[in-house]
Amino acid sequence: MSVLSVRDLHVTYRTKGGDVPAVRDVTFDIDKGHVLGLAGESGCGKSTIAGAILRLHSARTRIEGEILLEGQDVLALRPGPLRAVRWTGASIIFQGALHALNPVRRVGDQIAEAITVHKLAGEREARVRTAELLEHVGLPARRIDDYPHELSGGQKQRVMIAMALACNPSLVIADEPTTALDVMVQAQVLQLLKSLQRELGLAMLFITHDLSVLAEVSDRIAIMYAGKIVEEGAADRVFHEPAHPYTTALAGAFPEIGDMRFRGKPSGLGGDPPDPQQIPSGCPFHPRCPVAVDACPTLDVDLWSAGEDRRAACIHVSGAPSLSEAST
Amino acid sequence: MSTIETPRQPSEFTVGVEADLPPAPRDPKKIRWARRRRAITGFWRVYRKNKMGMVGLVLLGVFVLVALAAPLMVSPDDLRPATAPGISFQPPSSEFPLGTDDFGRSVLDLVIYGSRISLLVGFAATVMTMVVGTAVGITGGYYGGRVDTVMNAFTNWFLVIPWIPLAIVLASILGRSLYNTILVIGLTSWAGTARLVRADTLSVKERPYVERARALGASSWHLVTRHILPNVMPVIFANTVLTVALSILAETTLALLGLGDPLSVSWGTVIFDAFDAGALSAGLWWWLIPPGVCICLVTLAFTMCGYALDEVLNPRIRER
Repeated sequence: MSVLSVRDLHVTYRTKGGDVPAVRDVTFDIDKGHVLGLAGESGCGKSTIAGAILRLHSARTRIEGEILLEGQDVLALRPGPLRAVRWTGASIIFQGALHALNPVRRVGDQIAEAITVHKLAGEREARVRTAELLEHVGLPARRIDDYPHELSGGQKQRVMIAMALACNPSLVIADEPTTALDVMVQAQVLQLLKSLQRELGLAMLFITHDLSVLAEVSDRIAIMYAGKIVEEGAADRVFHEPAHPYTTALAGAFPEIGDMRFRGKPSGLGGDPPDPQQIPSGCPFHPRCPVAVDACPTLDVDLWSAGEDRRAACIHVSGAPSLSEAST
Repeated sequence: MSTIETPRQPSEFTVGVEADLPPAPRDPKKIRWARRRRAITGFWRVYRKNKMGMVGLVLLGVFVLVALAAPLMVSPDDLRPATAPGISFQPPSSEFPLGTDDFGRSVLDLVIYGSRISLLVGFAATVMTMVVGTAVGITGGYYGGRVDTVMNAFTNWFLVIPWIPLAIVLASILGRSLYNTILVIGLTSWAGTARLVRADTLSVKERPYVERARALGASSWHLVTRHILPNVMPVIFANTVLTVALSILAETTLALLGLGDPLSVSWGTVIFDAFDAGALSAGLWWWLIPPGVCICLVTLAFTMCGYALDEVLNPRIRER
């Protein structure tokens, strides 16, 4: 059984300016010990999915579909059991560790908080456990009494990772864990995450906009565009042989140093991600797509098979209905 | 889930952890006390450098000491009109340094004893203001929506009530007593605090660490007491000190209007008696000025401490 199973997830923010469908019809599974990478531009709905899994959105946000965390439907839980599932079932490594730590409380207390809130241990055992967690993420245990401002960015992110592991969750959601860190520290944090994930056999949902990072840490990658998954498959294949033109553009935006193919042509993608309230008809990517054909604005794209064990929502993939069929 | 899971690879990281922990006592209670002591010494080190704050604190210390020691310096018999030690309306002399009032009571004794009531009312009304104001402000700010609308309407209602007419009405309904004075001041001054706390709560509750704590499975109570309140505390604290000063002034005003407790001696009632007896036109300055100066000094001392606290506790103003 997969640790996390998301079926037909729709998340709609309700604002004064009307409904904003941030996530539309997303389906995926994560098995124990596997890492699913979720990539896409800002505002494509990545973090919205992370919030939906633990139901962190405000009560006014409409969430439809099914989120099974270890077989339990998170969306159907009452407030009490929901609080119990938070952090013990799935924990989040928030983006920007700088702000996710309370500046007036010691980091040790904040890690221990996760343990004591769920009454997993007394204050004393929690402190010992916290010290162990700190050592586990490569920080000296004496840092337990430090305030967040006494730590560097990378150290704070390590604290966040320790916190995420505090209650032995079966799923860890890493929501852009390396943003705002410099490249060296980024690499260290990624390495730490990957080794912890292997060692503890965690299921992990890894969210980032940096495709090259995903290729390193994930087993599978899902690419999101305008609230939908547009391509999904094994990590290295999605990265190296993208099937969807959007993935091609995303991968091209991160040139590999030393790779002759990228020499002299740092490629980007023109245009802006679509306004979620005015998603283009047909394939939402068609206004920016370099290989769009006449049928794209009217074609209802779906995740079609794009070779063995991978799917993509593009008319050009092998599993798509043929162009003549689509135009009739 | 009832007990904590043992670490998965104990050999790798349990060794040395115990030794690596700070040498502080391992008992959480002792740890907390050690931390508090450290926090207080740290705070004191910064506060001591603030000249205004120190002047205010020393002044305040003198008044509080006098108020506490008043029964040792003045015998209550001397304050009773029937057993007053002197003759009426005597100017300052060696026996009565600040002269006597219409009953022949020493004005110095009155002022010394009056500090007790003035400070008591000031502190008690402030406690009431803070508790009610913080509760209402945090509840409204945290829950938002309809709760906030109701709390806000409630706050605004109290904010616009002119407090002196309300005090007059309450005093005539409930009678003139010390507790009613405290009640009236508390009732009319919590609204400002509630607004301040609500505004701060609104900004704190949107911070990422509050969302993190919610994701952690924390209850609303936990979020409010562990994350929001500590971050709103500096505002409340600095506000408290200023409120004490305002409450003392309010008590004086009420007493001056004849709404205070006629049986207890406070600075306000001394001034009221003096006015009543026509001290102003009779030129009995020694009766009017001392309590007035005391009120000014205490209010000034609290205000100085308040500003100093704000400077010390608010990192944005603090000079390093």
